[in-house]
Amino acid sequence: MSTFDKVREMLVDQFQLDPAIVTPEAALQELKIDSLAAIEFLFLLEEKFNVDAPKGRVDLKTVGDVANEIDRLLDDQHSDKESAGTVA
Amino acid sequence: MRRVVVTGLGVMSPVGRDPASFFANLLAGHSGVGRHSRLFAEDSTAWLTAEVPAFATEGFTKMRLGTLDRTTLLALLTARQAVADAKLVAEDKDRAGVYWGTGLGGATTMEESYRQFLGNAAAARIKPSTVVMTMNNAAASEISLDFGFTGQTYTYSIACSSSAVAIGESARAIRAGYCDCVVAGGADSLLTLGSLKAWNALQTLAREDTDEPGTSCRPFAADRSGFVLGEGAGAVVLEELQHAERRGATIYAELAGFGATSDASHVTKPSAPGQARAMAMALNDAGLAPQDIGYINAHGTATVVGDVVETEAIKTAFGEFALRVPISSTKALHGHLMGATGVVEFIAALMAMRQGVIPPTAHLRYPDPACDLDYVPNEARSASAINAVMSNSFAFGGNNAVLIAKRM
Repeated sequence: MSTFDKVREMLVDQFQLDPAIVTPEAALQELKIDSLAAIEFLFLLEEKFNVDAPKGRVDLKTVGDVANEIDRLLDDQHSDKESAGTVA
Repeated sequence: MRRVVVTGLGVMSPVGRDPASFFANLLAGHSGVGRHSRLFAEDSTAWLTAEVPAFATEGFTKMRLGTLDRTTLLALLTARQAVADAKLVAEDKDRAGVYWGTGLGGATTMEESYRQFLGNAAAARIKPSTVVMTMNNAAASEISLDFGFTGQTYTYSIACSSSAVAIGESARAIRAGYCDCVVAGGADSLLTLGSLKAWNALQTLAREDTDEPGTSCRPFAADRSGFVLGEGAGAVVLEELQHAERRGATIYAELAGFGATSDASHVTKPSAPGQARAMAMALNDAGLAPQDIGYINAHGTATVVGDVVETEAIKTAFGEFALRVPISSTKALHGHLMGATGVVEFIAALMAMRQGVIPPTAHLRYPDPACDLDYVPNEARSASAINAVMSNSFAFGGNNAVLIAKRM
């Protein structure tokens, strides 16, 4: 399951959305997810993917943006671990 | 003068999740008191509480439920009941308000976030919505948002008088012309380990009757030992009389009188003169005499001191009529609903007037010679000609609030 699929599954579950409208291009605003709900959702994503999103800097407009951001954070975390491994 | 009428009712309580079943259970003497359903990890005590039984939450998404404290959820559901009951359509939403009461606001969320944080501060992750879930005005704000009311939205936090004051102050605002219609009431859900332990430390909670836990709270009885901490919410729709008449609303009663005083004597020990002044002020506000009141829903917390002081206060305010007016404390059955207690007991009094039957003071098997008025013990009583009722709420901090409803 891709990150996007996982994000979509959580969006559908949390906001009772029709899966068909949760596309990578769908804007959070169009899905009636306001800024406060988006922050709360990001908090749930951090827990689910075990990542730490930078606070107050990310401008995530679409579902695809959210999934890409999670992938980026997962990559960062992965390369952090790798470089830590190299030093040791 | 602009007059204020009651046109809608809502209740979420341990003995009923709508006004009709709430009142029917009070008449039947069904207790909402029992062992608390949740066991706390840090504590093996089987706490005695009065919980609202499980309820439906359809229409709320998982995200929405995860970002509303239980107090706010109860408040929203009860406000929706009242507005639906009134079939309220505000003529001008800028003149429609929310007057809400709560003692502790989002107590459950607050305690859960502390628990997470103090358990492991380094790893603790606190939900971003914690701030808006725990603020004391969360419920009032959500109600205003839900109905699009853009008039005054206020929260009163006056311990056990919170919702009685909210109702009284909203009536004053309608009379004075600041609002035409309001949702008024209150909610509290503070059945957390921290608050249970704190109330217990204060020695105000009832000793459990291990054979019949539901009968542990015994207002005005010789064997009374305190109250049972409860949770719940209540709401009324109040309207300026002509606003209600123009839209053909069913009018349940006139909100005729409000009296509010402070004891300025002790933070927890109640004072008869302060309570009596509040009752006299409410009577004066309603233009009524003591003999016009057909039923008093007492504050009646079943504490050793409180019930004697309220008895004295009623004698002072009612004089010779104190012996004739039927009085009951319904807390024996629904528990002490804190910020919601004023409104649900006002609704009980109003329904007693409407239906011509007075709910009893349950579990009053052994009378206390120091409590020598007519407390309608154990059995509901028919009373066909009630024209006005009084509801008393007396808070820690020495704040006394008294409401009077009158038949239209």
